[in-house]
Amino acid sequence: MENIITGKAFVLGNNIDTDQIIPAEHLVYSLTDQNESKKYGQFALSGVPISQSGLPDGGVHFIEGENHLSKFSIIIGGSNFGCGSSREHAPFALQKAGVKVIIAESYARIFYRNSVDGGFVIPFESSEKLNDKINTNDELEVDIENKLLINKTKNVSYKLKSLGDVLPIVSAGGLFEYARKSGMLEEAGE
Amino acid sequence: MGMTITEKILAKSARRAYLEPGENVWLNVDVLMTHDVCGPPTIGIWKNEFGSNAKIWDKNKLVIFPDHYIFTKNTHANRNVQVLREFADEQDLRNYYDVGTSRYKGVCHIALAEEGYNIPGTVLFGTDSHTCTSGAFGMFATGVGNTDAAFIMGTGKIWEKVPESMKFIFNGQMPGYLTAKDLILKILGDITTDGATYRAMEFDGEAIYSLSMLERMTLTNMAIEAGGMNGIIKADSVTNEYVKAITDKEYEIFQSDSDAKYHSIYNYDVNKIEPLVAKPHSPDNSDTVRNVEGTKLTKCYIGSCTGGKLTDFINAAKILFGQHVKIPTFIVPASTATAKELEDETFNGLSLKSIFENAGCKIAESSCAACLGGPDDTFGRAVDKDVVVSTTNRNFPGRMGSKKSEVYLASPLTVAASAINGFITDPRNFLI
Repeated sequence: MENIITGKAFVLGNNIDTDQIIPAEHLVYSLTDQNESKKYGQFALSGVPISQSGLPDGGVHFIEGENHLSKFSIIIGGSNFGCGSSREHAPFALQKAGVKVIIAESYARIFYRNSVDGGFVIPFESSEKLNDKINTNDELEVDIENKLLINKTKNVSYKLKSLGDVLPIVSAGGLFEYARKSGMLEEAGE
Repeated sequence: MGMTITEKILAKSARRAYLEPGENVWLNVDVLMTHDVCGPPTIGIWKNEFGSNAKIWDKNKLVIFPDHYIFTKNTHANRNVQVLREFADEQDLRNYYDVGTSRYKGVCHIALAEEGYNIPGTVLFGTDSHTCTSGAFGMFATGVGNTDAAFIMGTGKIWEKVPESMKFIFNGQMPGYLTAKDLILKILGDITTDGATYRAMEFDGEAIYSLSMLERMTLTNMAIEAGGMNGIIKADSVTNEYVKAITDKEYEIFQSDSDAKYHSIYNYDVNKIEPLVAKPHSPDNSDTVRNVEGTKLTKCYIGSCTGGKLTDFINAAKILFGQHVKIPTFIVPASTATAKELEDETFNGLSLKSIFENAGCKIAESSCAACLGGPDDTFGRAVDKDVVVSTTNRNFPGRMGSKKSEVYLASPLTVAASAINGFITDPRNFLI
């Protein structure tokens, strides 16, 4: 796991549900086919109403045109990020689009588990509301070990909450890697 | 210290005598359920992690219902069903309910009940957020993603954080104009869409125990809409009667201790609750039907695991009998058994199916259909600026299809009354 992650902020509101992260009509593509699975990147966050996409002003396309990679790699959310369905396609789509870290006030349980257990993105909880303090396009740095978010554009830093019990799973890179490391599972075997 | 029903069931599953909220425990899973949207990626992860020649932990405990994208020309969606078919064949799965055969059942959460997988005291995980529906049977049931499901498929185990419990007590006798849907919309308005995040929602009180199993499932179904890990109702004689008619499996009934500790307790008098809607674009955007009465609609929708059960259609038929709908009204029985019941069940001497047909409703085959939008050719899908009143569970932007559409969530009584007028209508206007 990288300790320092830098990137541009993409800021969203409260209650970003999984239909906004990846609309249900796109759930038909393969997640294992390297080429086809790029579609998940292409349509990541395409369900967010455009006025709410990239706060504070909105109107920012997370993905431009037919690309499958976004120029934004750090999502700043509000409360209850990832609510709605259990689709693991949601954190998968964000990873495919190049997102490394999400920082939100709170998460819906299944989205949080999927992010951690699948090793797709690191879901940090912020100690305070941040989606009214950080602007889309701000240059950010996340210091994972010190649980710190630095807004390099505004020269301000914020404390992040500890990953707590899930830190060993995040560090291992996912549930299967964690289970192998801790001896619960034997090596993947033929 | 006493324990709640959820804590007791999790303790049994974790082979522990006692546990407390906040502890992380490894659970032994009794049933794993998946479907056509999350099954194929789960199988992909499982094969990648356990090897292409691996066998699942217990083939009798894996249940697969294709139900989401079934009646579509979308080739990717059809390919996903083919993946399930081949996997069921390869693993010799007896609990696979293939579409296009007499075994096809329709929406997974209702089929789990009908096929005898919902057993009091057991632990069920599913790759669908509405897996919490099964908690109506006094069991622990919750949704997980593909990675967690693949882990269960290989090991039969999964980690879970023991939730704190919230208790919702409904006192009084249910008035005829009120349904379980109104009760859960009431809770959602009060505690919001993250009011129960990572917690158990326990429903109790005489009004709850007066409900049929199908109505109870409406309540537990929407626990996830408050962020709940699970919804649960202690098994009683109604539960026993339903379960014992289907299966002779032995089971243990758990109930909360009188000194069990709760995060919070809410008390309601059902006679003080009015028919409710959730306005666009959130299930917690609660209002009374009276307050939004007259809102112009373009579509009505009665279906899904939440509002497509026999009891939902009986309620709708009470209002639609002898009437004619003013706007397109879509009827989607949740399960194939429900579809059959629409032909057999009568109201005032007419089958429910005839009542709906005479009223001008369109009736589809069982599936999840437009509850979650789906491919372009999905029955009842919201298009353009549709304004829909629906018995389904979510109304986030774009949930039923078009991002420009607006969805109101309501009871089947309210949806049926609204279909007749073409605008949102209080069912009490038709229930005198």
